[in-house]
Amino acid sequence: MALDHQAKRDFKVVGTRVARPDGIDKVTGKAAYGADITAPGMLFGRILRSPHAHARIKSIDVSEAAKAPGVKAVVTSADLASPDDEYYADIRDNCLAREKVLYDGHAVAAVAATSKAAAKAAIRLIKVDYEILPHVTDVDEAMKPDAPVVQEGRALENVPAGMSQNVTSHFEFGHGDLDAGFAKADKIIERTFKTAATHQGYIEPQACMASLGTDGRGEVWCCTQGQYMVRANCAEVLGIEASQLRVISSEIGGGFGGKTTTFIEPVALALSRKSGKPVKIVMTREEVLRATGPTVSTSMDIKIGMTNEGRITAARGELRYQGGAFPCGTVEFGAQAAFAAYDLEAVQTLGWNVMTNRPKEIAYRAPGAPTSIYAVESVVDELCQELGLDPLDVRLLNAARKGTLSAYGPTFNEIGLVATLEAAKAHPHYNAPLGPNQGRGLSCGFWFNFGGNTCVSLNINDDGTIGVVEGNPDIGGSRASISMMAAEELGVPYDKVRTVIADTTSLGFNDVTDGSRVTFAVGLATIKAARAAIQEMCKRVAKIWGIDEDAVLWEDGFAKPSGPNAGTHPPMSLAEIAAIAGNTGGPIAGHHEVNADGAGVSFGVHLVDTEVDPETGATKILRYTIFQDAGKAVHPDYVEGQMQGGAVQGIGWALNEEYIYGEDGRLQNAGFLDYRIPVASDLPSIETVILEIPNPGHPYGVRGVGETPIVPPLAAISNAVSRAAGVRMTELPMSPPRLLKAMSA
Amino acid sequence: MKMIPVETTINGDRTEFLCNSDESLLDVLRDRLGLTGAKEGCGTGDCGACSVTLNGRLVCSCLVLGVEVDGAEVETIEGMADGEMLHPLQRIFIEEAALQCGICTPGILIAAKSLLEKNPDPTDTEVRYWLAGNLCRCTGYDKIIKAVQKAAAEMRAA
Repeated sequence: MALDHQAKRDFKVVGTRVARPDGIDKVTGKAAYGADITAPGMLFGRILRSPHAHARIKSIDVSEAAKAPGVKAVVTSADLASPDDEYYADIRDNCLAREKVLYDGHAVAAVAATSKAAAKAAIRLIKVDYEILPHVTDVDEAMKPDAPVVQEGRALENVPAGMSQNVTSHFEFGHGDLDAGFAKADKIIERTFKTAATHQGYIEPQACMASLGTDGRGEVWCCTQGQYMVRANCAEVLGIEASQLRVISSEIGGGFGGKTTTFIEPVALALSRKSGKPVKIVMTREEVLRATGPTVSTSMDIKIGMTNEGRITAARGELRYQGGAFPCGTVEFGAQAAFAAYDLEAVQTLGWNVMTNRPKEIAYRAPGAPTSIYAVESVVDELCQELGLDPLDVRLLNAARKGTLSAYGPTFNEIGLVATLEAAKAHPHYNAPLGPNQGRGLSCGFWFNFGGNTCVSLNINDDGTIGVVEGNPDIGGSRASISMMAAEELGVPYDKVRTVIADTTSLGFNDVTDGSRVTFAVGLATIKAARAAIQEMCKRVAKIWGIDEDAVLWEDGFAKPSGPNAGTHPPMSLAEIAAIAGNTGGPIAGHHEVNADGAGVSFGVHLVDTEVDPETGATKILRYTIFQDAGKAVHPDYVEGQMQGGAVQGIGWALNEEYIYGEDGRLQNAGFLDYRIPVASDLPSIETVILEIPNPGHPYGVRGVGETPIVPPLAAISNAVSRAAGVRMTELPMSPPRLLKAMSA
Repeated sequence: MKMIPVETTINGDRTEFLCNSDESLLDVLRDRLGLTGAKEGCGTGDCGACSVTLNGRLVCSCLVLGVEVDGAEVETIEGMADGEMLHPLQRIFIEEAALQCGICTPGILIAAKSLLEKNPDPTDTEVRYWLAGNLCRCTGYDKIIKAVQKAAAEMRAA
């Protein structure tokens, strides 16, 4: 669905900063999240987890636990079905281990009991006989041919023979003659980078309430980024019909990609089926960190050649991503995104996905891109330093623009990279003075964005108000932006629209809330649904006026006669048409179903000033400015919020956050005290500059904005710290001990 | 283990409950009294999502035992608005888009209210340090700080 050709459309609702519909519930404590509901006769579930990084399960004896006070059911993997599809089998095996435990914290068995305390006591009575196996948690170690094998037989055919079986897939992108390109360079820099795994860090642990009968009918209430995904995963893992499982998404306390899979819902359903009662499971923070999806950790080689004038002649990257104990595909995104900001004659990226004895990786905001772009943008910055060039001028000189053959294949349409770079250059931040031990860094960021499967149903209520039914959990204010687009299209005030999120039985399939897709794709479907309703309203009015349907025009919430043969009729408002709908053919509604494409890629540029303490190695963020193309900012507050929130997550990744494994393969920092995410006092104000280069693929020009902001901070901060400290940093996070060591080397 | 009777005041209402000796105030609020506005983000006092005040002092309710509140006064997010009148902080958090997912919001509101009772005219730095015990993963804190300052100014003028 293309951009509307109403040159410079004059938006009335879109672009304003209205109050969100879930605001009052969320500031008064009324909003119901995953852990906030109870059910009659409810039991509490609790999961027993592996203390070992890698072990064979020789036997599980649940007899003592089953007899413990208050215990109504105990389940193991034997209580789950056998999906044919490897994807679902992996989900099952991650929910409850089968044959082997693959990482510290891997779920092994679960109990349901009449109280939390009884459930907690009962899991200690489950006896698991383990045969401990050698383990591996580092990506480079796991790739060695003699490394302990996490899972056998999982490598795709494109992995060359002779590599470790932990290497599961390989990707390659690029174009042009690399050798010729590097031969033209005046300066070539090649460096190796490492980044630690981080966690999405949503404040709400996974939580669900599940009920399943022996007839296969059930319900799940849970915090998720996709109720349809939960339905599919549970149906496959339990061996029940998806149509019989109603999944209701609660309010969600953050996801950032981490709630695009299931961990506890199938287990709670299995416990419910066995006990005959509803079962609630709420993860602890320790469980969240040990067993839910962190990001990949990486090891990367980047080589870039540049002329004395700053033109990049060739670029090559080799990326090694470990995604935990199951095959993952994330390196593909990393390899595609690495050089996306550049217009290059010769470029190649290779990627390797690797298994280790760590929890199964799951998406975290622009999965794969922050790390690869960190490495690329670090080398570009070092080249600028070595050649005495302005880093913004060099980005502008090499920037991808409309018509650029991207490093990953497609040719770019309208993109906003040059505009964001120019905005950064013109901003006072770029030329502000710096003091001692201070440095300024910048980085470009990129994300593909996604459209995907989407259904929207829009009802014209008989009192002239509007109900929108959509199927994507609202994480950051999307019900507001969807209501705004419905109001805009129909020509009614924002407060006449109420948007609700359907359960799986109430609306057709929707992809999960991911890929920065909701404001784009659900918005697009909402506009289309509104247009369908408008068409029907014009038809009704044409009947009343006795004129042709195409002689009725919709404008600002009114049907009006249009054209020479329409006659003179007083305009009819939406409310007037709705009030008599029963007499003109019945209720009026519009709906739209689409697999939306045309999401429109997104670019951003981040500028940061840091100060490094030479005595402690601590880094302070002094000033931070974000420039990002939003296509069209539907609700600017929430666009800014995405930019600020993403940047701060990136600050955490750059400076503090890190999964730390001991020699024993156990996670050493499974709590918010030791896995330290940024707090308010760590940060300055985060300034935002929204640019609007309309996306040709959306009627209002909307692009997804949620993911791009986490991409640039890693390199921007590393470049700033490297310049401040006078030493090029090549490993994340740049925690004080690591920086101190680099400075004293 | 026999449960212990506790008599307390919650949001101005006299409240009695029975709880076990090892049960946290957070569990009592959520599981026994149906006050689910306080959230459990960590259970170890690191995230602040369960913030309440106990005799006027800001605490993490996950680090307080239910039995400790006998004879005390507890204020939770459910008591912050006066009927249909939102507290200025609540109203301004909505106006300024100072929340995204909203899971940290009850704790942050309780903490911010507690700050402004002690210091009606804080600097940005004072707000940031006071709220350093309340984790928010969505917003980057920027709009939260601005909302607290706007509410503080409005409350000073009132």
